[in-house]
Amino acid sequence: MTTHATHTSLGLDNRKMAFWAFIGSECLLFTSLISTYLVYKGKSVVGPYPHEILNIPFTSVSTFDLLMSSLMMVLALAAVQRGDMKWGKIWLFSTALLGLVFLGGQVIEFTEFVHKGLTLQTNLFGCTFFVLTGTHGAHVTVGVLWLLTLWVRALQGKLTSAHATTVEISGLYWHFVDVVWIVIFTVVYLIQ
Amino acid sequence: MKSWLTTTDHKRIGLLYFWTAFSFFLIGGVEALFIRAQLAQPNGHLVTAETYNQLFTMHGTTMVFLALMPLSASFFNYIVPLQIGARDVAFPRLNAFSYWVFLLGGLFLNASWLVGPLFHAGRLNVAPDGGWFGYANLTERQFSPGPNIDFWLLGLQILGISSLAAGFNFIVTILNLRAPGMKMMRVPVFTWMTLVTQFLVITAFPVITVGLVFLMFDRFFGTHFYVSQSGATPILWQHLFWLFGHPEVYILILPAMGIVSDVLPTFARKPLFGYTVVVYSGVLIGFMGWGVWSHHMFSVGLGPIADSVFSATTMLIAVPTGVKIFNWIATLWGGDIRGTTALHFAVGFIAMFIIGGLSGVTHASPPTDLQQTDTYYVVAHIHYVLFGGTIMGLFAGIYYWWPKMTGRLLSETLGKWHFWLQFVGMNVAFFPMHLIGLLGMPRRVYTYAPELGVSDLNLLSTIGAFLIALSILVFVVNLLRSRTHGQRAGNDPWGGATLEWSIPSPPPVYNFSVIPTVANRLPRWKTEHHEPMRDPPAAPPGPIHVPGGSWWPMLAAFGLPILALAPLTHTLWLAFVGAAVLLAGIFLWAFEPFEV
Repeated sequence: MTTHATHTSLGLDNRKMAFWAFIGSECLLFTSLISTYLVYKGKSVVGPYPHEILNIPFTSVSTFDLLMSSLMMVLALAAVQRGDMKWGKIWLFSTALLGLVFLGGQVIEFTEFVHKGLTLQTNLFGCTFFVLTGTHGAHVTVGVLWLLTLWVRALQGKLTSAHATTVEISGLYWHFVDVVWIVIFTVVYLIQ
Repeated sequence: MKSWLTTTDHKRIGLLYFWTAFSFFLIGGVEALFIRAQLAQPNGHLVTAETYNQLFTMHGTTMVFLALMPLSASFFNYIVPLQIGARDVAFPRLNAFSYWVFLLGGLFLNASWLVGPLFHAGRLNVAPDGGWFGYANLTERQFSPGPNIDFWLLGLQILGISSLAAGFNFIVTILNLRAPGMKMMRVPVFTWMTLVTQFLVITAFPVITVGLVFLMFDRFFGTHFYVSQSGATPILWQHLFWLFGHPEVYILILPAMGIVSDVLPTFARKPLFGYTVVVYSGVLIGFMGWGVWSHHMFSVGLGPIADSVFSATTMLIAVPTGVKIFNWIATLWGGDIRGTTALHFAVGFIAMFIIGGLSGVTHASPPTDLQQTDTYYVVAHIHYVLFGGTIMGLFAGIYYWWPKMTGRLLSETLGKWHFWLQFVGMNVAFFPMHLIGLLGMPRRVYTYAPELGVSDLNLLSTIGAFLIALSILVFVVNLLRSRTHGQRAGNDPWGGATLEWSIPSPPPVYNFSVIPTVANRLPRWKTEHHEPMRDPPAAPPGPIHVPGGSWWPMLAAFGLPILALAPLTHTLWLAFVGAAVLLAGIFLWAFEPFEV
């Protein structure tokens, strides 16, 4: 379904291949962060501890929201690929919106934790939790900016079905960030 | 001038990498001379202990990140597209971005030599002083309060972005931009080793990035990642650093191995012995390089199981390395050998790397390593592999490809002087360090007492260091002289087998007038089965699209040091300026009409 502007040795679009390599590299980044979280799990010498503070029901809603944004992304790509830019715009904006909702949830969560006495400096749980989820949040922010940029380009009529690969690559990124969240949600929230 | 600032041509970027990295190499070399001058005699007092700490830290950091890696990158840029029959890299503007980030990161790091007064340090130099592997928790604010470590960790973050961007670019270039018929098992070994190196870069750099981010948060935002009172373990840093650090060793040596694998066949007039085995050994080294990191940590006391496992994997990785060495020797065997300077350096590489490799195997055994760790024995080892290995290999590449890059040959007479001075100099400088270390002199201590009994050996080592400096001086003369007096190279001064020799020197901006079709591994040589390929015609049959330049990669690159200045100077608005510049650069870049 991709457009091949130029011939490539492996028949895969250059940008897409670069992006797969980038995602591979990002895996190592998040693996290092998550490993550190696990290594330091239970090593905090003062509270608050994870079980006192993590709000699983609240974060489950955030997680569901992010999962749904991936669905929107799939719909956005499908719409752009079949040249239906009206729905392409709607789904692109919905994806970004759900991303923003997720970020809003993270802001609420972080604020609540700070009120309950957990900051970056409190203990090892605070250090590892905020840096891990914060790095993920930064990735979501970049994704939202990217999607909004595509949406604005689509509104201007500069993003058409000829740019399906561009949308596909932003989708790769978005799904990757989503998958990372599934791992973080499982490791940090569910398996305490 | 403008055309150089905005260039996206891989050849120009290659030359920019060369001159920048070579300048940093000279700076790192001068730092080494200060170190050796200080150690020439016992109780030396040329520099203070504080300055000495900065000198060895910056010497190591500069040589690894600002000299050896980017000198290799100079060849990745210039030679790889030519070897695979491409018109440029896959992402020319990203390539320019990598260069500018590298330059700015290097300047950022080195600015620390001069800006002490801005930090009210009471001295000129506030350069990093925690050693090139910057062990936590020495690097924590509590023990290193000045801006020294800040420069180091922020500088390395910037440089990491440059390496990562180049990594993605070259992986795609090599996999996707090969000329018709250039199957993977026909790709020249230098390009193959570049590919393996880039995979190591994109997997190893994120790990150190995380380690540095933790350190950054500890120093600027009061977290406790490496603070033992809070229950943290400083060993975390060692794991993160060496998980990066050992693949990094192969990032430094694999390109040199690739160069030697291309130089030897040309001057032995024989195909590389066991091409397939050499390639697969390189790939195997890439994989195994991930499983040996804790041999840097035997003295930590990780326990007998960890020590045994890492000891075994370290000994195992010597196998594919040894395989390569035998293949190189077998390539020379029975060859029609021409003793050019490039060949001298390639053979010098093999000999010196064997010595460095053997002393490396001695570290693989924990009991002996415990005797050697933190002594000059380790310094001897690292210099045999990185100077005797990587630098010798890079010089082989310079003498081999300089004619291609500039159109002029380097002088063979000066080249031989350079080689022999350097070869003798490095052995005089680094061999005694084995003995100095075994006699008990610790590394990274600014002086020593005469009673230790290593004074004569240290003086000898210093003499060797100045011999190396003399050899580099000869090389600089050779480089500059070649611009006006060098013989014209023509397309192919050496009778090379690979594609880069089929086009003029220096190549036209479009490289190949007609993209060649490759039928075998040594396309320009006559073999039993193949006639040599016809070189592309001198003039292209039709107009060739060449992408223009762009300012935006440079603009985006400037955002990074500005961002880094924010924590360094505790100025919040600089963070917004840096982010704005970076974003502006990226958006202008993304929407600029630019057809590859």
